[in-house]
Amino acid sequence: MMTQEEIIEKLKPILATYSKDKEALENLNMDSNFIKDLKVNSANLVDIVLDVEEAFDIEIDNDSMEQMLTVGAAIKIVQSKLQ
Amino acid sequence: MNNTTTYSILERLPYTAPFRFVDDIQEVDENHISGSFHLHPDLNFFKGHFTDNPITPGVILTEILAQVGLVCLGIFLIGDEWQKQQLPFVLTSTNIEFYKPVYPDETVWVESEKVYFRFGKLKCKVMMKNALGETVCDGMISGIQIKENNVTT
Repeated sequence: MMTQEEIIEKLKPILATYSKDKEALENLNMDSNFIKDLKVNSANLVDIVLDVEEAFDIEIDNDSMEQMLTVGAAIKIVQSKLQ
Repeated sequence: MNNTTTYSILERLPYTAPFRFVDDIQEVDENHISGSFHLHPDLNFFKGHFTDNPITPGVILTEILAQVGLVCLGIFLIGDEWQKQQLPFVLTSTNIEFYKPVYPDETVWVESEKVYFRFGKLKCKVMMKNALGETVCDGMISGIQIKENNVTT
C-alpha cells in the first residue's frame, strides 16, 4: 500500500503541469483545491485525472472524477482504487 | 462514406456565415475526421488582413481546425445524445504552429485524430494541408462538451 506521502510525491509533478499558481503549489496541503488554490483551468481537471490514471495504473470513473477537486480527495480516490 | 452521416453533422453545426468554416466532410469515424473549406475571396477579413495584402489570419485557420477537427468530430461522437438548440462543444485550449500562408481562393483540408474523449472533454491532434499537400499548420485543440451540469467556467 502506498503511503500518503508517496502519493503526494507522484501527484506533485502532475499538478505542476496544470497549476498557474506556483506559490500554492509549493505550499501544497490536503485542502489545496485544484481550481481555487492551484488555479487550474477547469477543463484541465480532465487531463489531471487522465495523468493520475496513468501514473498509478488505475481507472477513474465519473463519480470519482467529480469528487477529485482537492489533494486530499485525490489521495483518497487513488488509495481506494489501489486496494 | 455514408452521406447521411456527413449531412447530419453539417446540419448540426452551430455556425452561420460569415463564421461557418466547413464546406465538406470527406471521412469520419470514431477516431478521426477529414474535412475541407474554401476561402472565398469575398470573405470579410481579407479586406483588412493585411491592408492591400490579403492573407488568411492565423485565428481563422485555428477556427477552421476547430470547426472541422473538434466540433464536427465531436458531433459525430455525441451521436444520438445531440439535442437541438444546444451548443455541442466550446473551445478550451489550442496549441497551433503555422508554416505556410493561405491566400484568398485557396481550399484547405483538415485532418484530425482523437487523442481522447473522456469526461466530456475532446482533445484532438489536428493538421491542415493546402492544395499542394503542404502542411499549413498543425497542433492540438481541446474542447468541452456542453451539458447543463458541466459548465463550471
